[in-house]
Amino acid sequence: MKKVMMGNHAISYGATLSRVQVIAAYPITPQTQVVELLSEIVADQKLKAEFIKVESEHSAMAACIGASSAGARAFTATSAQGLALMHELLHWAAGARLPIVMANINRAMAPPWTIWSDQNDSLSQRDTGWMQFYCQSNQEVLDSVIIAYKVAEKVLMPVMIILDAFSLSHTYESVDIPDQALVDKYLPPFDYKYKLDVQNPHTYGGLTTPEWYMEFRIKMHEAMDQALVEIKKEAVAFKKVFGRYYDTVDPYMVDDAETVLVTSGTAASTARYAVDQLRAKGNKVGNLRMRVLRPFPFADVREQLKNAKKVIIVDRDISYGYHGIWAQEVKSALYGHSQVPVWNFIAGLGGRDIFPETFYDIIAQVGKKKKPDQELYWVEVKK
Amino acid sequence: MKPTLPLEELMSPGHLACQGCGAGIAMRTTMKAIGQDAIFTFPACCWTVIDGPFPYSCLEVPLLHMAFEATAATASGIKAAMDTLGKGKTTICGWAGDGGTFDIGLQALSGAAERNNDIFYFCYDNEAYMNTGIQRSGATPYGAWTTTTPVKHFKKEVKKSIDDIVAAHKVPYQATASVAYPEDLYKKLIKAKEIRGFKFIHILAPCPPGWKAKPEDTVKLARLAVQTGVFTVYEVENGKYLQTIKTPTRKPVLEYLKLQGRFKHLKENDVAEVQKLVDSRYAELEKRFSEK
Repeated sequence: MKKVMMGNHAISYGATLSRVQVIAAYPITPQTQVVELLSEIVADQKLKAEFIKVESEHSAMAACIGASSAGARAFTATSAQGLALMHELLHWAAGARLPIVMANINRAMAPPWTIWSDQNDSLSQRDTGWMQFYCQSNQEVLDSVIIAYKVAEKVLMPVMIILDAFSLSHTYESVDIPDQALVDKYLPPFDYKYKLDVQNPHTYGGLTTPEWYMEFRIKMHEAMDQALVEIKKEAVAFKKVFGRYYDTVDPYMVDDAETVLVTSGTAASTARYAVDQLRAKGNKVGNLRMRVLRPFPFADVREQLKNAKKVIIVDRDISYGYHGIWAQEVKSALYGHSQVPVWNFIAGLGGRDIFPETFYDIIAQVGKKKKPDQELYWVEVKK
Repeated sequence: MKPTLPLEELMSPGHLACQGCGAGIAMRTTMKAIGQDAIFTFPACCWTVIDGPFPYSCLEVPLLHMAFEATAATASGIKAAMDTLGKGKTTICGWAGDGGTFDIGLQALSGAAERNNDIFYFCYDNEAYMNTGIQRSGATPYGAWTTTTPVKHFKKEVKKSIDDIVAAHKVPYQATASVAYPEDLYKKLIKAKEIRGFKFIHILAPCPPGWKAKPEDTVKLARLAVQTGVFTVYEVENGKYLQTIKTPTRKPVLEYLKLQGRFKHLKENDVAEVQKLVDSRYAELEKRFSEK
């Protein structure tokens, strides 16, 4: 069934179709419609779930950790300051090996106060042990929630579904709502092997000396390696049932591209329009949309960028005193595998629009240069 | 002789509590009442250690260790899961120290109490951050030495009234208890298990290293705390206060203070100040006990 919906509601439908059993959430702009619709769905008993309206994001994640530990499929959604408040428990959820799924609406961090989009909030959580899937369309948002549970429950690591504030969260698009029976078949009920069980009592997360701590950590890392395999497997499996394909990266005209613009989130759709226009003028440009940040798809990135003469990474985020965060990731993947010069541009922070002109400007700045003459370029910044 | 408590133990020996640990007694008594159809969650606290290092545990129930400030929210989450999975009969217990309750965990506690989530929240109160080495908490009483309230600048603030804070949430059941009166605690828990909604149990649990007291004086101190009125043992059921351990004639606080090194610096006028604070708090509670 097709329905025109906002990105936030696509999350709610994705969670409902995934038959989540416990939702714990706290409101924050621009996430609110996610939980508003879910609270209605739960109250109307269209979903058999408990909705805990907690008093903070920290408690939202704590409740999800409790619920998931007890064997329930747990869900929450947040944004920016809320995600940052959860930080401690993001490590906890991953360390406890809980397949929690959370949606994060990318909103820039304060101060100064802002509610508009950039990716610094989620990218700052890079090392917490959460998988991160960055979405480009409302359809992808809905589908990704379902896929996220499938992958998370296979490898026992949590997943963050990420979408841009407003340009996706509040933008209405036509979305195909998959048939519940098909989703049920694709995502069967989950029986958590390590749940809190009075018939088989165990203690989880207890004091662990240096003798064993590292063994817990390598298992998390191995689970992430396995997650990469599962994400690719599920891309195929999901397409078979639902006809839509979501890989770790999403290339657009990169095969013969001399210059590849690397982006993530909704900036990709603008980049693709720009690519078409530039190609019409004979400029061989392509776009590589990064969909998965963790586990990082090293092989896919190297493969997609192997023919490029120039790589331009456009970050909607910044690691102050260094590069954009995606640039660090992609450069690190290329190091020792490719001699291609890499430019890094910072654009669209705090919700500043990224227009096709932004990309034309970037392409013009790179021009005929053989290699970057600065570490980092900022575009469209007032002097 | 008929035993006053069940003989069955759900807390095994071999745990890592210090000699004379009041928190150990608190848990042992609690387990006898709560039973095996229960799930516990602990924040960072002495019990993080007492339970035993990985892969050991001294408790015969499932246990989820959790972050310091998250006890009540975690218990809410476990409870929601058990309800939706059709296992709503299992008793869900948050078990935290005074730091995790009075201070860093207060927000989550307030949230769960306001939502009236059907869980037990236990606070075993040893009146300071004992696990990190005796730093003052909001539960540390006036006059006490701790490593962050040194003798020259002993604690000048009064103990936070966590029970009044919880009472302001109008929870269906709350009680205080002292490890010197296990039958009282047991009886309260058996009764509270039948009550749906948020249940708050505040247990005074002396800490020999933190209080600079003799391990063999733990129960004596827990009793003197009650007999002097330093710690009053009562329950509140739907707003109705009932003193369950009566103290018609109260002993002077000095008898309680003098057994503890943490108070040994107090001069006569300081002790008089403690007495005044205790009297005033006791009078406040007496008024509530006498309300019909």
